[in-house]
Amino acid sequence: MRPLTFTRLVMNCFYLAVVLFVVMVIALKLGAVPVSLYGLAADLLQVLFHRTALSSNYDLIVIDIRLPRILLGIVVGASLSVAGTAFQALLRNPLADPYILGASSGASLGAILTLIVQPYIALPLAISVVFTPVGAFFGAAATIAAVYFLGRREGLLDSNTLLLSGIVSGSFLSAIIMFLISTLAGRGDLHGILFWLMGDLSTTLQPTLRWVLGVGFLIASGVIYSTASDLNLMLNGEKEAMHLGVDVPRVRLVVYIAASILTGLAVSVSGAIGYVGLLVPHVMRIIFGSDHRILIPTSAFGGAIAVVLADTLARTVVAPSELPVGAMTALAGAPLFIYLLRRKFA
Amino acid sequence: MPSLSPQPANRSQEVRLSVEQVSYAYSPNPSQAPLFTLEASSFQARAGEIVAILGPNASGKSTLLKLIAGTQPPLSGRVLLNGETTFSMTPRVRAQRIAMVQQESPLLFPTRAWEFVLQGRHAYGGSLQFESANDMTIARNALAQVTAAHLADRWMDQVSGGEKQRIVLARALAQQPLLLLLDEPTLHLDIGAQVGLLDTLRKLANENRYTVVIVTHELNLAAQYADQIVLLHKGKSLRVGPPAAVYQRELLEQVFQTPLAVELESSGRPRVTILPST
Repeated sequence: MRPLTFTRLVMNCFYLAVVLFVVMVIALKLGAVPVSLYGLAADLLQVLFHRTALSSNYDLIVIDIRLPRILLGIVVGASLSVAGTAFQALLRNPLADPYILGASSGASLGAILTLIVQPYIALPLAISVVFTPVGAFFGAAATIAAVYFLGRREGLLDSNTLLLSGIVSGSFLSAIIMFLISTLAGRGDLHGILFWLMGDLSTTLQPTLRWVLGVGFLIASGVIYSTASDLNLMLNGEKEAMHLGVDVPRVRLVVYIAASILTGLAVSVSGAIGYVGLLVPHVMRIIFGSDHRILIPTSAFGGAIAVVLADTLARTVVAPSELPVGAMTALAGAPLFIYLLRRKFA
Repeated sequence: MPSLSPQPANRSQEVRLSVEQVSYAYSPNPSQAPLFTLEASSFQARAGEIVAILGPNASGKSTLLKLIAGTQPPLSGRVLLNGETTFSMTPRVRAQRIAMVQQESPLLFPTRAWEFVLQGRHAYGGSLQFESANDMTIARNALAQVTAAHLADRWMDQVSGGEKQRIVLARALAQQPLLLLLDEPTLHLDIGAQVGLLDTLRKLANENRYTVVIVTHELNLAAQYADQIVLLHKGKSLRVGPPAAVYQRELLEQVFQTPLAVELESSGRPRVTILPST
């Protein structure tokens, strides 16, 4: 009998933070343009302590292009993993993930609709920046609600029906997206949107959007974390959780909204990166156990590590060309999904 | 001065659970006639008493138990636990006073027995509060009370049905409730495990003064262990009272639709024998 303690939680997060740092350094170093480790360290120190403008091309590549992309990958990966962990507990389904549940497609559709509508309505700048993430949030939330109701049989949530309705909703929404793009994208860049749909971290974000993303991530995952021990009991089913003192309707609503926000934020800046929310919580559960008080923070770190790694691979394996990072995560995630399905986990 | 002396022996004689004219109707569509109704039922239970709710399938046993647990609002009437309506309690307070042992639901991820028992402490801690040494002691004692201390480090999916049921009971004890509700706890257990579980419940009720309400199909186990029987039939509470008063041959035959014989044992408790139908 060895209960979870605060010290153990902090130590484990610290180990993962170290791993994340190492991955970040590798990601900064690797790429189409080679950078030496020494030069990298010098650049980072200069940025940290001297705050002087960097001059050389190498510096520009490392600090202005690679670093923001890595930071974006960290937030997106952490968001998707925390959302996946939350959906798995909420729906009592170990195979739930924003991508498989169709929430990512819903968020993509929401985001695309805002992009289509935006030129026709005059929005104040402050609102127009968050217009797309808000649209993505509503897309994700509406899809989860629809999948939740489609996934019920005789009033009970059925694990397989739920997954199927998620997958079906996802492909239906993708078809609508394709329809919208083919008919309306005459003015846009089709390749860019397609790339984004597969998951892409190369977009440069406006500073305001960066803040919205960072703060939104912290608040939404903080809210989910505050229900961590409620989620532990929700794994027993809602009836049992209720008898053990969980305010089930409140937890369900709060977690559902927060997880949809995380999905919406991630998708609006990086497209639909699949399987991160499925793969990472499973690996973390094997290492750290299924207690959400440790699973949620470790999944956040794990998701960040996984997406930064996947993006680094996506940038380098076919260099000087690039793969969408979503293709990379699907390559690793889809076989794992099949494995978990076969293991009769569901 | 008899008026000044407190009467500790009588404290436990106070009514703890009071089910007052509770009724319920279930209809999937409000415009239609209800599919199932539970007519006004009443009974009272004291600390240390075991009440068994008996009746054929679909007689309203589980519904009555849910109404007592306070997770469903009754159509009329009320359920009072120490004078408080169970339905109006917050989930947290309710879990500190009422523990429910349900028909087992499968676990999603593997858990160890001690972790499972610690879930009973949730209602006493904050969401992010880590379990205290006190919580651990309570969990350990709860496991010991159901003679499952040796199972603490076992995985929940690697214990037998009887062992699992005892661990689930230990989790309920960790809630330190006043009222212990059990929905068909003997289902899927072999006869030895059934008797073991009821012996444990009897001991717990006597020693810890729990009020126990148990829904069961086992007529003889109920007769053997319960202080009171609530006999339900088609959503109607037919008879409430001690086993000897409720177990009457004609009544039971009519309710369970099978010929049977009822004898009184030397202990004063009735015993039912199912007769072959002719």
